[in-house]
Amino acid sequence: MYNQDFFFQAMIYLTAAVVMVPLVKKLGLGSVLGYLAAGIIIGPSALGLVGFENGRVMQFAEFGVILMLFVIGLELQPSLLWKMRRTIFGLGSLQVFITVIVIGGIALLLNFKINRAVAIGLIFALSSTAIILQTLTEKGLLQNNAGRSAFLVTLFQDIMVVPMLAIIPLLASFDGKSTIAGTTLNRITTNIELDGWLHLLFIIAVIALIIFGGRFISRYFFRLIAETGMHEVFTAMALLMIIGIALAMHEIGLSPALGTFLAGVVLADNEYRHELETTINPFKGLLIGLFFISVGASINIALFLQKPLMILGFVLLLTLVKFIVLFILARYFRLRKGHDYLFAFLLAPSSEFAFVLISFSKQNQLFDEPTAGLMLLMVTLSMAISPLLLIFNEKALSPIMTRKQNKTEFDLVESSDNPVIIAGFGRFGLVIGRLLLANNYKVTIIDSNPANVEILRKFGFKLFYGDVTRPQVIEQAGIKHAKLVILSMAEYDEALQVADYLKKNYPYVKILARAKDIYHAFEFFKRNVNIVQQEVFDSAAGLGEKALVQLGFSRYEAYRATRTFKHHEKQVLLDLYALWKEDESRFIQETRRFSEQLSEILQAEKDYLIHETDYAWNANSIREEAELEKTSKKTKTKPKK
Amino acid sequence: MKKILIIFAHPAINKSRIHRRLTDSVKNMPGISLNNLYEKYPDFYIDIIQEQQLLIEHDIIVWQHPFYWFSAPAILKEWFDLVLQHGFAYGEKGHSLEGKQVLSVISTGGNNDVYSKKGRNHYTINEFLVPFKQSASLCRMEYLPPYVIFGSHTITPAEIEVQTSKYKKMLTSLRDNQWGCLLLQSVEYLNELTN
Repeated sequence: MYNQDFFFQAMIYLTAAVVMVPLVKKLGLGSVLGYLAAGIIIGPSALGLVGFENGRVMQFAEFGVILMLFVIGLELQPSLLWKMRRTIFGLGSLQVFITVIVIGGIALLLNFKINRAVAIGLIFALSSTAIILQTLTEKGLLQNNAGRSAFLVTLFQDIMVVPMLAIIPLLASFDGKSTIAGTTLNRITTNIELDGWLHLLFIIAVIALIIFGGRFISRYFFRLIAETGMHEVFTAMALLMIIGIALAMHEIGLSPALGTFLAGVVLADNEYRHELETTINPFKGLLIGLFFISVGASINIALFLQKPLMILGFVLLLTLVKFIVLFILARYFRLRKGHDYLFAFLLAPSSEFAFVLISFSKQNQLFDEPTAGLMLLMVTLSMAISPLLLIFNEKALSPIMTRKQNKTEFDLVESSDNPVIIAGFGRFGLVIGRLLLANNYKVTIIDSNPANVEILRKFGFKLFYGDVTRPQVIEQAGIKHAKLVILSMAEYDEALQVADYLKKNYPYVKILARAKDIYHAFEFFKRNVNIVQQEVFDSAAGLGEKALVQLGFSRYEAYRATRTFKHHEKQVLLDLYALWKEDESRFIQETRRFSEQLSEILQAEKDYLIHETDYAWNANSIREEAELEKTSKKTKTKPKK
Repeated sequence: MKKILIIFAHPAINKSRIHRRLTDSVKNMPGISLNNLYEKYPDFYIDIIQEQQLLIEHDIIVWQHPFYWFSAPAILKEWFDLVLQHGFAYGEKGHSLEGKQVLSVISTGGNNDVYSKKGRNHYTINEFLVPFKQSASLCRMEYLPPYVIFGSHTITPAEIEVQTSKYKKMLTSLRDNQWGCLLLQSVEYLNELTN
């Protein structure tokens, strides 16, 4: 087979990931460690299944890093950045700066040259976004003071990765070797033969194009494509955009990572943000996984076995140094007691970006193979001990701290999450949304029709574009905090699909559903969704009521007659449902056609007698009795009370 | 043991202090059914057959409500109009309610003394309740003296608790037929029997 080799390699990588990641997760460690472990096992140190082609795989996997930076950019709304500027830029930059100096100083003491010492400082200053985010989400600490500060600091560090990628080749060029490797990830110098000025102009033009295009033009493209309703085209468009930007940046000699990160930030305010994120995430996840596997494969176990004590000593030293710096900063920025420990423990382990920077430095010949190998080992080990650090903090330290203060600390969780999610915001959902808003309920709105999103945004509705049938979209809409989900969407099967998903994963959330017809309602009943409204029934009955008025009913009589009819319809519905449950298959085959439904409904109605409800207002019987009384009195007989 | 049906009308139960407490307190009492009209019929579309069936099944009927404009909230009047049909509740062929006991349980904003000839409201509670009494009599039912909680605007939570236990005592006594006919008709308010 033509691509046999490729497929064989792919199989090894995928098998390793599929086996190791769940295993490591079961042990309570992060997926990053799982990928690394998988890489170590299939790498030359252990099984030796992959090896010489690893460099090529690595370059491919670096595209994952580019995607990761794009997604991080998407998370960074400029307005949010501004609001959090003190923590992000103050705490963040101090942390990076001080850590670089301290660690760089130690590196100098260990006889590294100044440029390498700086690079080492930069690499070890970073903390693991992946581990921190995962830990915070798992423990529900994202709203907690320390948790949020830690996250914001990693955010700053993530931003700093971009300039760091630019600085490392510069540091490497200090050596005078100046054989700067071009990788897909970064190039600061270029082979374009242009004058300096012209080149600068060119760079400015491309960046301006990215910002302008992202801000003003991309929306129309996304809408155009989203309107076709074909997800794969949307995916293709997103990938095309990122690859295009990466190539353009490459051509003008800038870091592709920087370009896509910038594009991400520009698109962060875009209403297609969630959709972009969910589209890119699987690619990002897989490629990052691949990246970590490659890193794992290049980890030199033999090296560790040579001097295990020295390496462990370095790791402990590194963690201790970072912890002290972070703890002092936490105190300085007045994090609450107990929170300062959590903050420092969260941020002490090294970052997955360290792998990127190390392998990148190696390509730039800043470090030789053994040094890079040693650093990779240190990063890996420091990440591996991070869960242990947190367990230590939780089990040993916090209880002591809280006992000291003689009371438990609670953070007020300022949850902005809305109690109601409305899925589908067309004409139907709009009425519901307006009614709830008028009664001061906050609603989160998801809609998959880009035209609606566009219009409603103009009127200040808070809503986002996304496909509700995708679990990620529901998660992001805040299903964990919602009390109600209103399925007001027009799509027949999709609504049922969402109901299934919610019943299975969030059985405590109440579901209210719009039914297209009675059989749609039955499908909901079957799923134990009992609050169902037939979409046209009420308004059609309303118009019928007006017809009765025109035919001479008083308005109240018409109202009562319509009420009677509506209550009677409920009974018909239940009778039909009983029938439907008995012989569902026949109904499914036949009743999608309206004419079939019609005959079923009318048949059921015929069998059901409407009770004369307003009988008491009907004076016939009492008049008869009064007449009788009158005549009997006339004919002289016994008096009645 | 007799069976008691509480026909309850309060349009804003979430804002109520007394009636919410009272109705909550009877929810698990044997022999007592609570029929919350506003909850069952928010559109005033009363299910007449079901309501008549409930009346037939019970021995003692309670009309429980706050005293709005010296009478009941609107839905209870609708209930009278629709459920007590000629031929069911009264008239030559209407004997379904014959012999049942019935009483009003009401709460009033004013105190006992404003409901008197010289008081602000000029008439006594029993005078205001004449339409209920006569309706009962037309249906051949025995109208018992009313059970009244006065001064609902100024009542304290502690007093509400006291009233609640008295109210339960009153219902139990009626249910278990502890008060004889003469005793019942000898008082102005049933409250006097629970003191």
